Amino acid sequence: MTNEVKISTKNVDVFYGDNHAIKDVSVDILKNTVTAFIGPSGCGKSTFLRCLNRMNDTIDSCKITGELLMDGEDIYAKSVDPVQLRAKVGMVFQKPNPFPKSIFDNVAYGPRIHGLVGNKTDLEEVVETSLRRAAIWNEVKDRLDAPGTSLSGGQQQRLCIARAIATAPEVLLMDEPASSLDPIATAQIEELIDELRNNYSVVIVTHSMQQAARVSQKTAFFHMGDMVEYGDTTAIFTNPVDQRTQDYITGRFG
Amino acid sequence: MISMTELSKIHNSPESAARLKKRRAAEWRLKAYGIMAITLAGAALVTLMWSVVGKAAGAFTESYITLPVYLAADEIDPDGTGERAIIGRANFGGVTKDALKDAFPFVKSRGDKRAMYDIISGGAAFELRELTMADPAIIGQTIDFRFLASDIADLYLKGSYGDLVEQNAGGTLTVQSDGKTAVVTSSTTDFAFVMARVKSDLLAKAAFNRDQAALQENGRAVFTQRGDLDEAAKREAARDRLLGVAEELEARAALDGGREALDKNSPSVLVRMGETWVKLTEVSATGGEGKIIGVLDSGVRAAGDWQVYLQDLPEASRKVSDLQIVLIENLRSAGAVETVFSKRFFMAGDSREPELAGIWGAAVGSFWTMLVTILLAFPIGVMAAIYLEEFAKKNWVNTFIEVNINNLAAVPSIVYGLLGLAIFLGFFGVPRSAPLAGGIVLAVMTLPTIIIASRAAMAAVPPSIRDAALGIGASKLQTALHHVLPLSMPGILTGTIIGMARALGETAPLIMIGMVAFIVDVPTGVMDSATVLPVQIYRWSDFPERAFEARTSAAILVLLVFLIFMNGLAVFLRKRFERRW
Ligand SMILES: Nc1ncnc2c1ncn2[C@@H]1O[C@H](COP(=O)(O)OP(=O)(O)OP(=O)(O)O)[C@@H](O)[C@H]1O
Ligand SMILES: [Mg+2]
Repeated sequence: MTNEVKISTKNVDVFYGDNHAIKDVSVDILKNTVTAFIGPSGCGKSTFLRCLNRMNDTIDSCKITGELLMDGEDIYAKSVDPVQLRAKVGMVFQKPNPFPKSIFDNVAYGPRIHGLVGNKTDLEEVVETSLRRAAIWNEVKDRLDAPGTSLSGGQQQRLCIARAIATAPEVLLMDEPASSLDPIATAQIEELIDELRNNYSVVIVTHSMQQAARVSQKTAFFHMGDMVEYGDTTAIFTNPVDQRTQDYITGRFG
Repeated sequence: MISMTELSKIHNSPESAARLKKRRAAEWRLKAYGIMAITLAGAALVTLMWSVVGKAAGAFTESYITLPVYLAADEIDPDGTGERAIIGRANFGGVTKDALKDAFPFVKSRGDKRAMYDIISGGAAFELRELTMADPAIIGQTIDFRFLASDIADLYLKGSYGDLVEQNAGGTLTVQSDGKTAVVTSSTTDFAFVMARVKSDLLAKAAFNRDQAALQENGRAVFTQRGDLDEAAKREAARDRLLGVAEELEARAALDGGREALDKNSPSVLVRMGETWVKLTEVSATGGEGKIIGVLDSGVRAAGDWQVYLQDLPEASRKVSDLQIVLIENLRSAGAVETVFSKRFFMAGDSREPELAGIWGAAVGSFWTMLVTILLAFPIGVMAAIYLEEFAKKNWVNTFIEVNINNLAAVPSIVYGLLGLAIFLGFFGVPRSAPLAGGIVLAVMTLPTIIIASRAAMAAVPPSIRDAALGIGASKLQTALHHVLPLSMPGILTGTIIGMARALGETAPLIMIGMVAFIVDVPTGVMDSATVLPVQIYRWSDFPERAFEARTSAAILVLLVFLIFMNGLAVFLRKRFERRW
């Protein structure tokens, strides 16, 4: 863990039409750090996450104000190409959404369109590594031609993780990446997240306090669009400042 | 406070049972209505197909008459050059006529000769010419050639004018001939059937006159009441005249024996003695008098050596004359007539002669037109759909465009014809009657259908797929082309095929841009003059010749087969590539 800031956000407000979904949030995402977003359902975790790679641009009603900088550069500046940005800031969505193509093509799609690899052997290698790191290689290595949609929910989730890391992003945004995984796969994914930290910044949304405590170094607690508390994970979990944080962590609401 | 346990008891109450019964009755009723509707639609379809197939059958066969024909060298190729150009110029129409004259030397008068020539198609001479040009060695020989029968001969052979029915005749026939006409008398009442037939006609005519008389009587009564005695007197006179005619007819019908004249409006009675026939113009119960067709001397014929035939349809009501029937029957007895499968219908272009007309020209015209249509409408339609569905912002300009595209889909097709006439022919100078013009017009007509179907198919692709692609850093275009388009392709193709099927069956806009012309040649490209299948059907249905009726139905059948094939393909594509996510 370093203290170098990868993405800094200041006074971010997000509106879906009249719905004020994010209220004046300021968070710094540090390099080589796993940041966890926790909070009750509907509090705006996904919304905020999607601001970081401009996925909210695709929602017509969504308006964003405030300052969001990545490596000191405004993410929402006219000069920034959102497509380029998303190549650098990868995302795993809350609902697994594999392409209805083969497992291989699912993972190979990113490297292909970004021209990451020159030849077929390299591509195969990238695909294999990504699938291995997402802890799904053993299950799919014999049927890389099968459609990604034919996998189980948990397998699809890991396939989507493999697809996201195959593009070699600098930041990886993961929206509940282990929501439908069994304990063993969850442990493998957590291991992956820990390993990714060596090179990348990782932001993870999770509903599992234990998971947040295990994998993250920084934690932000959201509540009804407000970012209530942000700090070192150990501090948040052992010594929360705000009453709402305390209540949430101890399971009194949420 | 509502107690849920109390509420739960409702599920076991009698009211609940009654509701269940009502619901089931409603479901049963709906099912019954559905089955009824489907049965009705099915019956309509079967009736349509039955009538079309029944009428079309005649177009798939054609008749040939085989005659020996002498290919006189001094007429066809006097110098013995064997050159195609010279042979091609020869008068094969005359050669054909000579073959008929040789076969039926007894046909003498000009009118009869013309009728005789009319049993062979005008196209037969061209086929004889082709044959001779291909093989000049046959010049100077007499060959057996299969002449294509004319439409009327063909229709007669297929029984379209009713059959020539042989009657029982057991008597000995005495013939008195003067060479042109003959008096035939049987020893028994072998011709009584004619008398019965003629008398029933007389009675029918008498009944008609009585009906008319009754109308006059009504008029008389009315005018008498009004006091207009002049008018009343006129009606009375008319009534009496009609009644007089009726009584006379009834008296003739009641008379035993007696003779009746047979004219063009009576059924035809033909007496056959081998190759020679007598067409009766006057008839009694035991015989009659009539015109000889063939060569006949006076004499006596034993029972069995002669037959008598009735053709129920009067000569005035059919295109084929008694003389032609006799000639055809003689040829049929000689085994010179055959009716075979007609490749010509599928391989030939249009013709004013029904027996020579085929659908190939129109089918090829349809092909070129459809080619232009799909090459224009598919890419433009899909690109427009991609833009509107994936790129266009929701502002009033795009909403306006969207609403208007939907409106265009409902615009009557003839409007597109007018548009094509004004813009593509008038302004851009696209040639009239060409598949290019037709294809452009139909493409414009099909565009809204393709755009709407494509947009619906794209909208059905779940947004999570777009998110996935965009999240990896695919551009909007890459997302659209790599993911949305392939996933929506079955829907797009289905819409396109249905649009094309509609275009294939379209007539009105093509008539506007001149694709209704009479075109014999099969078009070889998109700039040639052409017509299309539905327009061909429309034209044929308008022709007076009866043989075109079968061809019209057969062309409808071919068009239906194409449409069924296309719609089947659409269903197949939908089923085959349908994805679930
Ligand atoms: N596409 C959208 N259009 C309109 N409102 C939205 C949209 N997505 C989210 N919202 C609203 O924004 C608020 C925050 O939603 P968000 O999805 O960020 O919650 P979340 O914290 O991710 O919840 P969960 O833990 O259930 O995933 C909610 O009130 C939701 O109704
Ligand atoms: Mg969420």
